[in-house]
Amino acid sequence: MAESKIPGNVLYTKDHEWISKTAPWKIGVSDFAQNALGDLTYVELPNVGDSFEKGQEFGTLESTKSVSPLYMPASGTVKAVNEALADAPELVNQSPYGEGWIIEIEEAGSLDGLLDEAAYKAHLETL
Amino acid sequence: MHRYFPHTAADEAHMLEAIGVSGVEALFASVPESCRRTAPIGLTGMSEWALTARAEALAAQMPAAGAAWVGAGNYRHYIPAVVPYLMGRSEFSTAYTPYQPEMSQGTLQGIFEYQTLAARLLGMDVANASMYDGATALAEGALMACRVTRRHAVAVSLGIHPSYREVLATYCRAAGIRMVEMPLTAAGETDASAANMAEMAGVLVQSPNFFGVIEPLEKHAETAHAAKSLLVAGFTEAMAWGILKTPGSQGADIVCGEGQSFGLSQSFGGPNLGIMATRKEFMRNIPGRLVGRTTDASGRRAFVLTLATREQHIRREKAVSNICSNAGLCAMTCGAYLAALGGTGLAHMARLNRDKAAYLKAGLEEIGFTPLYSGPTFNEFAMLAPAGFEAKHAELLKKGVLFGLSVRAFGYAEPAWLFCVTETRSRAEMDAMLKEVAHA
Amino acid sequence: MPENKSWPGISSLALEEPLLWEKGREGRTGASLPDPDVPAAPLAGLERAGLPLPDLSELDVVRHYTRLSTWNFGVDTGLYPLGSCTMKYNPKINEKIAALPGFADAHPLMPAELAQGAMRVVYETEQALCEITGLKACCLQPSAGAHGELTGIMLIQAWHRAQSRQRTKMLIPDTAHGTNPASAALCGYEAVKVPSGPDGILTVEGVAALMDENCAGIMVTNPNTLGLFESNLTEIAKLVHERGGLVYGDGANLNAIMGYADMDRIGVDVMHMNLHKTFSTPHGGGGPGAGAVCVGEKLVPFLPGPRIAEENGRLIWTCAGEHSIGRLHPFYGQFGVILRAWAYIKTLGADLKKASELAVLNANYVKAKLRDVFELPFPQDSLHECVFTDKKQEAFGVSTMDVAKRLIDCGYHPPTIYFPLVVHGAIMIEPTESESLDELDGFIAAMRDIAAQAEKDPAALHAAPSLTKVGRVDEVGAARKPVLTGDM
Repeated sequence: MAESKIPGNVLYTKDHEWISKTAPWKIGVSDFAQNALGDLTYVELPNVGDSFEKGQEFGTLESTKSVSPLYMPASGTVKAVNEALADAPELVNQSPYGEGWIIEIEEAGSLDGLLDEAAYKAHLETL
Repeated sequence: MHRYFPHTAADEAHMLEAIGVSGVEALFASVPESCRRTAPIGLTGMSEWALTARAEALAAQMPAAGAAWVGAGNYRHYIPAVVPYLMGRSEFSTAYTPYQPEMSQGTLQGIFEYQTLAARLLGMDVANASMYDGATALAEGALMACRVTRRHAVAVSLGIHPSYREVLATYCRAAGIRMVEMPLTAAGETDASAANMAEMAGVLVQSPNFFGVIEPLEKHAETAHAAKSLLVAGFTEAMAWGILKTPGSQGADIVCGEGQSFGLSQSFGGPNLGIMATRKEFMRNIPGRLVGRTTDASGRRAFVLTLATREQHIRREKAVSNICSNAGLCAMTCGAYLAALGGTGLAHMARLNRDKAAYLKAGLEEIGFTPLYSGPTFNEFAMLAPAGFEAKHAELLKKGVLFGLSVRAFGYAEPAWLFCVTETRSRAEMDAMLKEVAHA
Repeated sequence: MPENKSWPGISSLALEEPLLWEKGREGRTGASLPDPDVPAAPLAGLERAGLPLPDLSELDVVRHYTRLSTWNFGVDTGLYPLGSCTMKYNPKINEKIAALPGFADAHPLMPAELAQGAMRVVYETEQALCEITGLKACCLQPSAGAHGELTGIMLIQAWHRAQSRQRTKMLIPDTAHGTNPASAALCGYEAVKVPSGPDGILTVEGVAALMDENCAGIMVTNPNTLGLFESNLTEIAKLVHERGGLVYGDGANLNAIMGYADMDRIGVDVMHMNLHKTFSTPHGGGGPGAGAVCVGEKLVPFLPGPRIAEENGRLIWTCAGEHSIGRLHPFYGQFGVILRAWAYIKTLGADLKKASELAVLNANYVKAKLRDVFELPFPQDSLHECVFTDKKQEAFGVSTMDVAKRLIDCGYHPPTIYFPLVVHGAIMIEPTESESLDELDGFIAAMRDIAAQAEKDPAALHAAPSLTKVGRVDEVGAARKPVLTGDM
C-alpha cells in the first residue's frame, strides 16, 4: 500500500477518525481508513442537533461488502453534516481530510488521549 | 447402486486411496461415540414406480379442482400453460441465489422485471425480490414501520386475515412490539378512532380485507400521517390490483401482501409469494433482497444484487431482517404470469373476478342470504345465511364440495359465511349451485 | 481461453433479450382470456386509471424466458460446490409428484376429512425427520432455514418466559452464518460471540467463560462452517443446560451426518433443517425453501400450531397448546416443498446414510487433491466440506475473488467465498454426494490450473470471467445510485 497521508493539522483516534485541532471542529476518517474500507457506497449521518459522548457511535460508512461504525473522537453536539456525501460518498475516498469531512460539532469536549501525527503514524506501523 | 449416487466400488476405492484411509467409516472419526446413533435410520426406500403409485394414491384422495368456493388467502386462478412450462426450466429452478452475477443474469433480469411490475401494480417506488408470503411480509412491514418511526406499537385492523394476525402476533411477542386492535364498522371498514395514533409506528390494514370489503386506504393514510405514523397496506388477493386503485396512489407507505394468485398453484397453502414494496425514502429500510441495474467493465447492461449492507450476511445482528432464502422462483413465476397476461389481460381477468362474484352475491341475496357488511367487495364477500344453510353446507361437504367458510371458525362472533368467486367459475356452475342451495 | 481440455467451459452464442417493457405492443396478450358470461358490475370511484404492464404475445413470453434461462447456471448445468448450501441433484420425480392435480389444486382450508392425502404427506415427513435426527417432534411451518432459526429462538424464548425468566443474551460462535445473530436479534437477544478454539471448533472452556445466567442458550452449527464436527458439543450442551440455558442446533450442514449423529443424544433442544439443502428440493434461484424444526421433549408444548395428530387411522388438526409461540405460516407450511422432500426421503429411506457418506468422501477427496496448491487453514478431519484460503495466491497478487471468477470460465460454479469470516479469503467447497469421480477430477484439474496460472499470468485471472455474457459488474455504482426498477 502506498504511504498513508497523515497531515499534522488534525488529531487522530486509534479507530482512524480525525478531528480538527481548533474550531471549526470537523470530524472525518483518515486516509488509511478510506483505503482499507475501499470504495464507499453510502454514509449514514446523524441529525443536526444530536449529541454524542466521546467514543460513542455517531454514524456508519458502507462499502458494498461491509459496514463500519464511526466513533466520536471527542464529545459534542452536531452543528452540520456534510450533505454532499449523500450523492457522492466517494468524496471520503478522494479527499478524506478535505471535501470528505463527515460532521462538524459545536464545541469539542476533551481532546486528551488523541494521537498527533507522529503517534498515529507509529500506531499504523503496529497494525 | 442408486440412481442418485454415481460412485462405483472402484471409484470409492480409488478415492479412499487418494485420501489415505481404508474405509469410509474412518472419515467419521471426529464424531465421538457419545454423539452417535444407536440404531440405523428406521426408514425404507422405494423405487420410482412404487413412490409414484403411492403419491398418486394420496393425491387421488384429495378433492377435485374447484371444489372449494372459498379464498381466504389461497385462490384458484387459471394459470397459462406457458408459465409452469417456462418456470420448470432447470436453469431457473436448480440455480442458487445469484451471488455470482456473471452466471446468473437470467435470474437477476427476471427478478428485476418482477420488482418493476410489482411496483407498477401497487403504485409504489420500490419492490423487493420477495418475502415468504403475505403474512410474514405483513409482520416484517410492522417491524419496518417500527424501525423508521422509532415507535414500538402498531394498530392492527380486525379485518386482516386471522392467520396473518396470528403470525404478526408471534413476531411482535418475540420483538416486544405492542399490538392495538382496530374493529370494523357496519360497512366492514376499519375504524381507526380507538387507537392512540401518536404511539403507533404503523396502521396495519388489509384491502380487500378478510370479509372481501375494499377499504378506504386514502382515509387511513390521512389518519396515520396526521400522527406521523405509517400506513402499512396488506392484501391476500393480488388480483384485486388488476382493477382497484393502487395502495400507492392512496398514500400507503409500505405495501405487503400475497402474490399466490399470480401463477402459483394452490398447493395446499405453500409455497407462496410475499410481495413487499415501499417509497423511495424508505428504500434502505426494506428487508429482503434487491436486484439493481448496473454495467460491466465493457459498459454492457447487467443486473446485480445490491444494497446488501441491510442484510444478515453483512450486518449480522444489526441487519434489518434475518431473511436469506426467500421465494425467488415464485417471484419469477409471478413475473412470467404478469408477462403472459399483460396489462390488458390482467385488467380483463380482474374484471371477470369482480363481475362473477357480484353475480353470485346477487344470486345468494335472492335466495335469502344477506351481506354481512355493506361495503363494496372484489371477489370475496361474507353473507349471513337463511335457516337450514348449515345442514346444506354439511351435505355439500359430504359430496366433497366446500361451499362457504364459516367466519366463526376464525374467531369472529358473526355467524357469517365467506365466499370467493374467480374467473374459473362459470355462470352455469353458479346457477346450478344456487339452485342446489335454494332447494331444502 | 482455458487451455486444459478436462473441464467443460466453452464459448457459445448467447442471445440478447430486452426487458419485458422494452418489447411487446399494447393489446397483445399471451393468455387465453375467457369471455364474460355475467353482467358487468363496475366499482364506481374505486377503479384504477390504467394498468401500466407490458402486453406480450405467447411466443414473446416463451422466447423471453427461454433466452433468460440460457444465461443461468444451475445444478443441472454443472458442478455447483457452494459450501454450506448443499447443491445436490434435484430429482425430477419430485417435480412430477408436486404437479399431481390432487396436490397442486388443493385448497388448504378444506376440512381434514377431505384433505387426508396432503395431511398424510405432512405427517409422514414430520415423523421421518424425527427419525433422522433422533428428536421428538417436528414442525414444518417455517418457510426457510432462517425462518426455522427464528422459530427455534422463539421456542427458547418462550421456554424461559414460561419459567418467568428474562434472559437477554445468546451465545453464537464466530463461525456462525449471519442469519444466526440476525434471528437472535429479532427476539431481542444480544449476540455474544464465542471464539472457536485453535482447532476450529468450540471448546468447553471457551463456552464456560461466557455462559452465565444472562444467556438464554447457545446456537451451534454442527458440523460447523469449516466442515468440522463440533466434537465437544455433548459436554458443551451439558454445561449450558446446567446453567439454565438451551441448545439450538443449526442443521444447515445435516448432509454430513445423516445416519451417524443423534441430536437428542448430543443434547440439542431444538434444531432446524433446510429441506432445500439436505432434502434435495430445488433452490429456485433464491427460494422457495422450507425450514423444518425438530425439538426435544422440553420444547414440545411451545411448538407453533395447528399440529397434526392421528386418531383411529385418520389425521386431524389439533389446536396449538396454550404455551404455543403462535404461528409462523398462514397455513401449514411450504407444502409443495415439503412434498418434494417427502418424495426424496421415501426414495432413499435408510440410504440417506449413504448420501452423507458419499458427501463426506467427495469433500475429502477434493481436499486431498488440492491441499498442496491451496493453503488449508485447519488441517483437522473435516466432513462434507473443506475450506481453503488464498494465502499462497496472495503472493502473486491473486485473491479468492480472482480464483472464483476464473473458475466460471472453466464451466464450474465457484465455491462459497469469503465465508466463514474467521478465515482470510475463505474458499468453502462442498461437492455433495451427487458428483461423480469424473466431475470431481475435472474440478480439481481446473483449480490446479488456476493455481498455476496465478503464478504465471495473474493478469488473466484479474480479467476473468471472459466467456460469460457479462464480465465483472460495477457493484459500487449499483449501491451508490440504486436503480431497482425500470422506472427509477
